Amino acid sequence: MSEYLVNIQHEKLSFFTPAGEVKALNDVTIQMKEGEVLGIVGESGSGKSVTAYSIMGLTAYNGKIMGGTVEFNGRRIDQMSERELRKIRGKEVSIIFQDPMTSLNPVYTIGNQIEEVIRLHTDKKGAQIHQRARELLSLVGINEPEKRLRQYPHELSGGMRQRVMIAIALACEPKLLIADEPTTALDVTIQAQILELMQELKEKLGMGIIMITHDLGVVASMCDYIAVMYAGEIVEYGTAEDIFYNPQHEYTKGLLKSIPKFHEKEYSKLVPIEGQPVDMLNPPKGCPFAPRCTSCMKICLNRKPEKTEFEGVHYSRCWLQQKKEYEAAMKGGNN
Amino acid sequence: MPKYIVKRAFMAAVTAFLVATLTFFIMNMVPGGPFLAEKAVTPQAQAAMEAKFGLDKPLSEQYITYMEDLMHGDLGPSLKKRGRTVNQIIATKFPVSAKLGGIAILVAVFVGVPLGSVAAFNRGKFLDNLIIVGSTAGIAIPNFLSSTLLMYFLSTKLNLLPSMGLNNPVNYIMPVIALSLYPTAYIARLMRSSMLDVMGQDYMRTARAKGISTFKSIFKHALRNAILPVVTYLGPLLASLMTGSFIIEKIFTIPGLGSEFVGAITSRDYPMIMGTTIFLAVFIIIMNMIVDIAYAYIDPRIKLK
Repeated sequence: MSEYLVNIQHEKLSFFTPAGEVKALNDVTIQMKEGEVLGIVGESGSGKSVTAYSIMGLTAYNGKIMGGTVEFNGRRIDQMSERELRKIRGKEVSIIFQDPMTSLNPVYTIGNQIEEVIRLHTDKKGAQIHQRARELLSLVGINEPEKRLRQYPHELSGGMRQRVMIAIALACEPKLLIADEPTTALDVTIQAQILELMQELKEKLGMGIIMITHDLGVVASMCDYIAVMYAGEIVEYGTAEDIFYNPQHEYTKGLLKSIPKFHEKEYSKLVPIEGQPVDMLNPPKGCPFAPRCTSCMKICLNRKPEKTEFEGVHYSRCWLQQKKEYEAAMKGGNN
Repeated sequence: MPKYIVKRAFMAAVTAFLVATLTFFIMNMVPGGPFLAEKAVTPQAQAAMEAKFGLDKPLSEQYITYMEDLMHGDLGPSLKKRGRTVNQIIATKFPVSAKLGGIAILVAVFVGVPLGSVAAFNRGKFLDNLIIVGSTAGIAIPNFLSSTLLMYFLSTKLNLLPSMGLNNPVNYIMPVIALSLYPTAYIARLMRSSMLDVMGQDYMRTARAKGISTFKSIFKHALRNAILPVVTYLGPLLASLMTGSFIIEKIFTIPGLGSEFVGAITSRDYPMIMGTTIFLAVFIIIMNMIVDIAYAYIDPRIKLK
């Protein structure tokens, strides 16, 4: 048994679209132990969801792993057949999607959709399944579970539906819960409730969580480690403290600057990161963030930055931190 | 639900009344009359016939008399088939058309739905292209052509199937194929596009993430959502196929309602035109109502009011 629950090594993943090959993941390495909470932060299209989905083999039909390995609980996910993957999905790894409004099937009752997954992955029968579904609804803080089980998704509010999604995800007590922007589609007060619930459930059940978000505020309170992704690469990785108090990569710094700070006396203007996200069909040759980076140097446009390691697990990929290699490269050739 | 049905029944009655009124006056505006075609009739005899059926009276009086009879469910006598009432003719001819049309609809649904689903799941592949080409052909080929071709090859050339009548079960094969070709192709196309739409929905991803097999997720999660457009199409389809197709009935010599309907128009058999039109209208209304109720049953988000 591997010491890591999730062990992704140098994963490369491409989507083959009519417009060409989109290299969605470029050498992504993630290691995570049981019971840890990892936050993956980045903008749309940065590959955060793709990374997490590949842990349960949920890649879209036109996507293909082009290199590297994906291990879950010591087993190679990237080598599994669809049949083997099905035994893991919903049982050992579960997922909560972004939009609870559309993630539940509108034509079946809540009870039906929860019981379905219990029936599939456990030996429980009839009344036991129903009993378990009721327990799950109580667990995620839904009152009158008996009545809710008979209702259809459109009869519940957004927050309530997300709780149902969480109940479905937790039905078989998974080792890993992937939360793909679980609060993005909800309003702010409900967001806080859902995050609180997840925190509470994590302490109660002790599963590992991968929290995917573009909101640094969401990860701050919950995550042990944070990976900042940009254009299919992890540009900075570290503990929550490293990322918030000692950010190294210019992109991470930019993200932190764009969070509103309410404790400051004078309300300073938010600083946006200028420019457009990377066109993944034609990624830049050098550092993917270079075109938007305020401290961009010549080398950034031509060569991909190497990993610079700091204290503990903290690392980033940025030429600014790579003074030595940078100078060597400048000597080598000034193209 | 009972309240809804009462409401719909009332609306149906109003619609039927409007259809009857419009048909009555438009029909009488068309030149010609039921007894003009018979050459050997003297003017005196014609006047006597018209007097017998009340056609000599003013139009408004004819209309009131007809509507009164209609209220009692009496569609009047046929002017051409002497001695038989329109009610009798519909009662004998409709079951023939309804049975043939009903079988054709079953074929269309049970072939069209799987074909469309299979095409969607093989999107862009050979099988999908094959089904698209096939269904386009099915929509484009008129049924007088397909039934003639069927008859030419299967009856005349190969002598496999009987070419007329409905005496044995095998007699049904060719007319059912000819009748169901268009709806099968249409349903396949509807199903393909709605299936593609449903497959891209988030709840299908949820089903996959739960570890449900592809097969089960199609049957349980996709089909019930994707079938709705087909159900909508079924309402008018049921009405048009079950009341008989003039062309198919003529070609295969089937004694159904479709040929009666068209025959009544060409021979100006006024009560027969009125009777079949009203019957068709009421049938369409009832079928649409059944479809609406089925809709609410399939999709709980739809509430009948």
